[in-house]
Amino acid sequence: MFAQSRLFATALVAATALGIAAADARSVKWARSGDALTLDPHAQNEGPTASLNRQMYEPLVERAVDGKLLPTLALSWRITDDPTVWEFKLRPGVKFHNGNAFDASDVVFSLDRARLPTSDYKGYLTSVEKVTAVDPLTVHVKTKGPNPIFVQNLTNLFIMDKEWSETNNVQKPQDFKNKEENFAVRNSNGTGPFALISREPDVRTVLRRHDGYWGRGEFPMEIAELVLTPIKADATRVAALLSGEVDFVQDVPVQDVERLKNAPKVTVNVGPENRTIFLGMDMGAKELRSSDVKGKNPFADRRVRQAVNMSVNRTAIQKVVMRGQSVPAGAIVPPFVNGYTTALDTWPAPDNAKAKALLAEAGYPSGFSVSFNCPNDRYLNDEAICQAVVGMLGQIGIKANLVSQSKSLHFPLIQKAQTDFYLVGWGVPPYDSEYIFSYLHHSRSDKYGSWNATGYANAEVDKLIEGLSSETDLGKRNAAIAKIWETLAAETLYVAIHHQVLAHAMKNDLDIPVHPENQVFFKLVALRKS
Amino acid sequence: MIAYALRSLAQAVVVTLAVALIAFTMFRFVGDPVASMMGQEASLADRAELAERLGLNQPVHVQFARYLRDIAQGNFGISYRQGRPVADLLAERLPATVELAVLSAAFALVAGVALGVYTAIRRTGLLANFVMSFSLIGVSLPTFLIGIGLIYVFAVELRWLPSFGRGEVVKFGWWSTGLLTESGRKSLVMPAMTLAFYQLTLIMRLVRAEMLEAMRTDYIKFARARGIPERSIWFRHALRNTMIPVTTIAGLQLGSVIAFAIVTESVFQWPGLGSLFVQAVEFVDIPVMAAYLMFVALVFVLVNLIVDLLYFVLDPRLRAGTLAAARP
Repeated sequence: MFAQSRLFATALVAATALGIAAADARSVKWARSGDALTLDPHAQNEGPTASLNRQMYEPLVERAVDGKLLPTLALSWRITDDPTVWEFKLRPGVKFHNGNAFDASDVVFSLDRARLPTSDYKGYLTSVEKVTAVDPLTVHVKTKGPNPIFVQNLTNLFIMDKEWSETNNVQKPQDFKNKEENFAVRNSNGTGPFALISREPDVRTVLRRHDGYWGRGEFPMEIAELVLTPIKADATRVAALLSGEVDFVQDVPVQDVERLKNAPKVTVNVGPENRTIFLGMDMGAKELRSSDVKGKNPFADRRVRQAVNMSVNRTAIQKVVMRGQSVPAGAIVPPFVNGYTTALDTWPAPDNAKAKALLAEAGYPSGFSVSFNCPNDRYLNDEAICQAVVGMLGQIGIKANLVSQSKSLHFPLIQKAQTDFYLVGWGVPPYDSEYIFSYLHHSRSDKYGSWNATGYANAEVDKLIEGLSSETDLGKRNAAIAKIWETLAAETLYVAIHHQVLAHAMKNDLDIPVHPENQVFFKLVALRKS
Repeated sequence: MIAYALRSLAQAVVVTLAVALIAFTMFRFVGDPVASMMGQEASLADRAELAERLGLNQPVHVQFARYLRDIAQGNFGISYRQGRPVADLLAERLPATVELAVLSAAFALVAGVALGVYTAIRRTGLLANFVMSFSLIGVSLPTFLIGIGLIYVFAVELRWLPSFGRGEVVKFGWWSTGLLTESGRKSLVMPAMTLAFYQLTLIMRLVRAEMLEAMRTDYIKFARARGIPERSIWFRHALRNTMIPVTTIAGLQLGSVIAFAIVTESVFQWPGLGSLFVQAVEFVDIPVMAAYLMFVALVFVLVNLIVDLLYFVLDPRLRAGTLAAARP
């Protein structure tokens, strides 16, 4: 037993080494700060999990770097004559890694699975009433009402093999109440460009190019083997790239971007992320929980919110805190999201005298105090941004008492609306303003406003937001979006600070572009000949 | 002695349970696991439903009772972060941590005792003074700084050693070891050194102080007067008498090295228990945190027990004492 397993291990190592040499193609070691949580494609709606699974599983449509939708497992899609039914024509001749053929029944199975209670993707599919296979290559999705942007929600909904899932008893995503591990947590069978070879969570995941991939001739596919190695410590991750042990670092710490740009044999690609960092103020409460002002709520006065907006010096935060690695923002809407306008993305010049005057006008000439809730492990330099904001507010007399803590303590405060003043970030996976409105601006209710801790409730805006989901005329819909943004901008509900910027660092022969959702499509990577 | 060992084991169970109880009352301050377990799209109702399903909104004593009932049945639950059984996770990570801890403890002990004896008997020597001043770095520099320094010198500049991970490992059943492959051995060097550095300087300084003390005692003077060779005096007479405090400290350190190699493991991305725990805390992975803390309590109790038993081996007076007491 002893000798045997050792022999086996040696043989395995030798085989892997030979395999790489024989294939004469590149093996890429991919380092990230954290590992995927699971390989089950519907169990965790989390960036790093999706970016690993995306190499093995595929959605119906993919989002390109420029934000456009690309046909993937669906070749085409349209709204049928019935505005509540979407039709998807599927790609023929696609096979799963185990050789099973892909067809409409797999799509129906997967979309149904993603709507189960233990799925973390059900939020994307709440509008779905029924998914049906019309024929092996046609799927109809019936929504509860017209949903003109339904397809935008599908870019992270991966398709599993129905037969494989049934054989391995993984018809449901992992239930954390169970005693046993779901088979899909460490095994996979997708249609994607890479197939799983081995998986040691938190240590190493090895994928190999799937030669039967439908896009083998269409995409470069020059990476033969992909090894994901999570390295949590920033300094170690960067060191591993500099020492040549890894080829690609997806999460480059802000402070190392400049240094890596100057390093020989290393390329750094920088690009905007689909995520805006902003401040929220509770304007709805009768009295702030943590303020020295009693009996009234300073944030309820628009002039106070404007003063806050005016005191936050975005360029200074960009320069000093982010070392240039951010895009200052005037609204919680990244440039590639539908509804973005340059007019919206403006902010007042920092002017402390004017801000103080506004505060005085509102009845707070000597300012007031308030607790300021901030995460310290979620966004790039989140705590440092908060510290800068505290200093800036201090200059106009608002004494913000910083409470910075882990995201697992910070997020519930916002979800339960128990904070007076907070910093948070927001990404927009469907690339449409409706998503921003319904989570951040609609008044709190069962279906809407789960991240709106401002207490803002405007029945008129609510009605407009609800109308968006069923407006099938895109021209009218965009006009409504513009109107909502106009109303909201006048309110100064939130104070946007910046859009985050992502930096990838890699060896010179790779050129991996920055995707706004921090996803990497390794099938698209072509090696640079040196 | 057997009765003593049994009593200690019974205490171990009590300590472990007490730790679990304290852990459970503390978890609510770590945060809400639901926040990490669901994406931003999850509605308030979805969140409430998950909390309900996991029993997170029940009072602490109910949750604790349920947890005890589950572990009595051998079920440590599923990791919220990875969706895998906690017992599997701990078993998978244990070999890496034990290998690292034992290796660095052995190194610290051997080198620490040798240098301690040397600096004690060559008190005024140039080299001894250099070692003493150098050891100040060991006690004062934070571990992560030493680790990152080593990485930059030996991985980035010289490229002799890997900067992260455990290299290739060989598996024997559920145990895994990196000692049998070249990359595994290379990967062990820097983490083991980093982890050993503090322990080494601590043991060295302790041995030195104890040795200086012993060398001043009467029995050493008499030994010298009898013409016993110096070497024999140092190692057979003086050093042996310094061993009781050294064993105590070394034992406690081994416990803490197994339990809290967190910093070293994080810096070197060592796939051990420490890094598992750090990630569990960040994610509020309650099942993993609870099991880990109980495991740590158990390790400490066991190490203490072993240290107590070692006293009997090291000090003949204790043995004589128990024997005398045992005689009717």
